Amino acid sequence: MTEDRPPPSLDEIEARLREANRGVPLARNDRDPAGGGDPDGGQRGALGFAFRVGVDLVAALAVGVGGGMLLDRWLGTAPWGLIVMFFLGAGAGVVNVYRTVNGLGYAVGYVQPEAREDGKSKAPPSGDERR
Amino acid sequence: MASDPLHQFQINPVVELPKIGGLDISLTNSAAFMIAATVLATGLLVMGMRGRALVPGRLQSVAELLYEFIAGMVRENAGAEARKYFPFVFSIFTFILFGNLLGMIPGAFTFTSHIIVTFALAAVVFLFVTILALVKHGLHFFSFFFPAGAPIALAPLIIPIEIISYLSRPVSLSIRLFANMMAGHTMLKVFAGFTVSMGAAMGAAGYAFGFVPVLLNVALVGFEILVAFMQAYVFTILTCIYIRDAIELH
Repeated sequence: MTEDRPPPSLDEIEARLREANRGVPLARNDRDPAGGGDPDGGQRGALGFAFRVGVDLVAALAVGVGGGMLLDRWLGTAPWGLIVMFFLGAGAGVVNVYRTVNGLGYAVGYVQPEAREDGKSKAPPSGDERR
Repeated sequence: MASDPLHQFQINPVVELPKIGGLDISLTNSAAFMIAATVLATGLLVMGMRGRALVPGRLQSVAELLYEFIAGMVRENAGAEARKYFPFVFSIFTFILFGNLLGMIPGAFTFTSHIIVTFALAAVVFLFVTILALVKHGLHFFSFFFPAGAPIALAPLIIPIEIISYLSRPVSLSIRLFANMMAGHTMLKVFAGFTVSMGAAMGAAGYAFGFVPVLLNVALVGFEILVAFMQAYVFTILTCIYIRDAIELH
């Protein structure tokens, strides 16, 4: 039905493009959380997930042990800093894994899981509700 | 030496420069590839957008795709308020992506396969996010480290654990990128080396079947390119999530 009209002006095309672009993010929003179309949308195969969890576990432990050794050197409390920080680091590693496995993501600090659950299911806008 | 799979990670000076105050400031192959990544990324965007065509050409399509991909990622994962930090996220993504992809050129150096590089990147993200949270929320930021409603008696246990968990984020961020890149490139080299060692060990028969590891390597190269994209993506998306945490502060 558009054949009869003269070719649209640049402004018209621009407006149409803007119109079309406005639809894109919406469509994308709808698709992504459900389909997990992105390669790392949280479900990238068991191996990738295992690697992620493993890195999280070890990283916290490494920070704990490294921090403990630094504390020891600084305060001259060897080996107590190392011993205490080793266990704290291991604990932090387990907390990291717990968060990852429960889909709490890498959020800073700590929030009651129920509050986070609400926020997690629906994407960004929920941030306002949470505050 | 040629079959040493780790040889590719050696850092060599490209341009020797005089030492300044005991610091070796020679331009290394690592630094040269970082410069190349920056120049290429800038070139792609500048050249691509030069035409400003309504119907984009090939280069412009790539540039627009890149922009919209990151813009969408920031919007969805960091929220609308994080739009001002888009340039930061975009720079991180393109730098890592170009570093990873440049490393896929045979004989090229992959600077993202060095933990000091990835750790520096992760540290920048970590400091940025922490300072952002401190500026936005002041001392309230420290409520991060103690969950609301937890028994106060547990504080001496929970607070150190939360702090370590927080500090472990740049570590895990950098390890993930570096380990993936290094493991992938080592694997490629090891499989390529099989052909040579088969020939050396079994003579003619070894050379005849030498194509098998090469075939496998073709598949691995494709896989590595996927990993190059994926790791840049993962690094960036985690940056976005951290930024959202810093802005919202639950």
